[in-house]
Amino acid sequence: MTETSAINLPARDRPRLKKGTIELAIGVLIVGAWILAAAGAGIVAPADPNALDLAAVLAPPGPAHLMGTDNLGRDILSRVIHGARIDIWMGFIGVLAPLCIGVLVGLVSGYYGGMTDTILMRLVDITVAFPFFILVIAIVGLLGPGLANYFVALGLVAWVAYARLVRAEVLVVKRLEFVQAAKALGFPDRAILFRHVLPNVLGSITIYAWTDAVMVILAGASLGFLGLGAQPPTAEWGVMISDGQPYIVQAWWICFFPGLAMVTLSLGFILISDGLSRRLRVSQ
Amino acid sequence: MHYLTFIGRRLLHIVPVLIGISLVSFLLVMLVPGDPVRLVLGPRATDDAVAAMREAWGLDRSLLSQYLTYVGNVVQGNLGDSLKYRLPVWDLIAQYLPRTAFLIGYVLAMTVPVTVLLAVTAARREGDWPDQVIRLLSVLGMTIPVFWLAVIFARLFGIQLGWFPVSGYGEGFLGHLHHLFLPAVSTSLWLAPVLTRNLRGALVQQMDADYVAACRAKGLPERLIFRRHILPNSVLPTLNLLGVMIAFLIGGSVVVEIVYAVPGLGALMIGAVLGRDYFVIQGLTLVYALVTVLVTLVIDLLTAAIDPRTVG
Repeated sequence: MTETSAINLPARDRPRLKKGTIELAIGVLIVGAWILAAAGAGIVAPADPNALDLAAVLAPPGPAHLMGTDNLGRDILSRVIHGARIDIWMGFIGVLAPLCIGVLVGLVSGYYGGMTDTILMRLVDITVAFPFFILVIAIVGLLGPGLANYFVALGLVAWVAYARLVRAEVLVVKRLEFVQAAKALGFPDRAILFRHVLPNVLGSITIYAWTDAVMVILAGASLGFLGLGAQPPTAEWGVMISDGQPYIVQAWWICFFPGLAMVTLSLGFILISDGLSRRLRVSQ
Repeated sequence: MHYLTFIGRRLLHIVPVLIGISLVSFLLVMLVPGDPVRLVLGPRATDDAVAAMREAWGLDRSLLSQYLTYVGNVVQGNLGDSLKYRLPVWDLIAQYLPRTAFLIGYVLAMTVPVTVLLAVTAARREGDWPDQVIRLLSVLGMTIPVFWLAVIFARLFGIQLGWFPVSGYGEGFLGHLHHLFLPAVSTSLWLAPVLTRNLRGALVQQMDADYVAACRAKGLPERLIFRRHILPNSVLPTLNLLGVMIAFLIGGSVVVEIVYAVPGLGALMIGAVLGRDYFVIQGLTLVYALVTVLVTLVIDLLTAAIDPRTVG
């Protein structure tokens, strides 16, 4: 067919995008751009993120330094790009461990029920009784500051959301015919859980994981800001905002751009999560 | 089930949680790498001094006996002494708590009306442009780091425009309102989007309910259906969400208190963490958890009082 006929189609026959596709596409574009920038930071960044230039201290954004320089003359743009490495990495690792633990707990708890379920859910009740960020601060504070201990804290605390989510879904899925059939055929529990139940709960886990990544990055950057996360001179966005705070009056750009970077990356994640959930809801 | 039976059951349900919380906060201090006594006394302390302190703290006894002592002390309101201030932890918390409570109350007073307004607007024009704009704003709000917004606001509205003070707690009620305005706004701008999103969802769901169709069939005007039927039915989901958000609000208050130098619990917590003041960290974590459990309990009881069906 020629192009003209496609244009002349009546409105209702025109191929329509699935709901959520636009959000998903924009989200993937933003996150993809950030991942590329982070991966190629050595090439993309105009300067060494830790190179001091005492001739250009607190330089405002301009042709030489697009985002200006900080109190030590370090190029903010280069630090923001290198910071993406740490913050994206933080989101990835910080989601992975809680996800694995939570999914396992949720599967077991929902599928077997009974005493196992009661004990595991009590554990969840106790963990959620503590405000998330407070418990993370307490654990990191006692173990000692640093990103590694932040991941330990997340592993101890953040799995509960996944466990609850997966358990609720498993309770529904395990009553469906195909699971009952697999049981009747005498499949071992492990095969049923991982081959039949897990694939059916993966959708909601994925949707939640993208939102969770935003929370992990924001909390991690907050820790960096408070001096409990990544340690200076690491170019982590939260640390950069903390470094810039004393100079906020003369040089707003030191704080402003790392925060803006965080907003765009988070926006990408949330759009992906939103787009996925709209598409999934439509297909169901 | 009778309401009183429900209250009894709900209270009983709290017991294992309370035991769990006390156990977690007791074990937290075990996370400290190395010997806490050595850390407190310094590397040059004599072995005798270390042994004496160990005995004084009861560290030479079994874990179970230590735990029981800990619970006994906590029940009597003794959370130990701060290593830095040389004061009972409980006194410190009692001194700092009102400021954080004020801040959180302020944030809620600011957030809830705006949330209801936005969510109602969005739900009534579902899919229309106001709904789209509000949805976009609520997504954007969730991505903003509170501490960053706080720093930027302090510079813009505090220093540049000079409208609000950027640190401290102020004197008197009006002083508190004035000093805590920027901290409260920065937190509210992050909380409102999350609440709006959820309340909008609840409202939209209610609009599809059978009783709404019945009202329409009866010929009630849409405004009346919305005000008399849909809105009251959406109060409960919001109330429950608020219970969940309180925990996040408490966490969010920490960074805001640091940025604006508000001498509240969050500032106390960070000071304790940076100064390795273990018993303050332990005591505060416990108190935070107890407050969260209490808030959840109150909300559950309120829910049951408003809607007897949830009692089951």
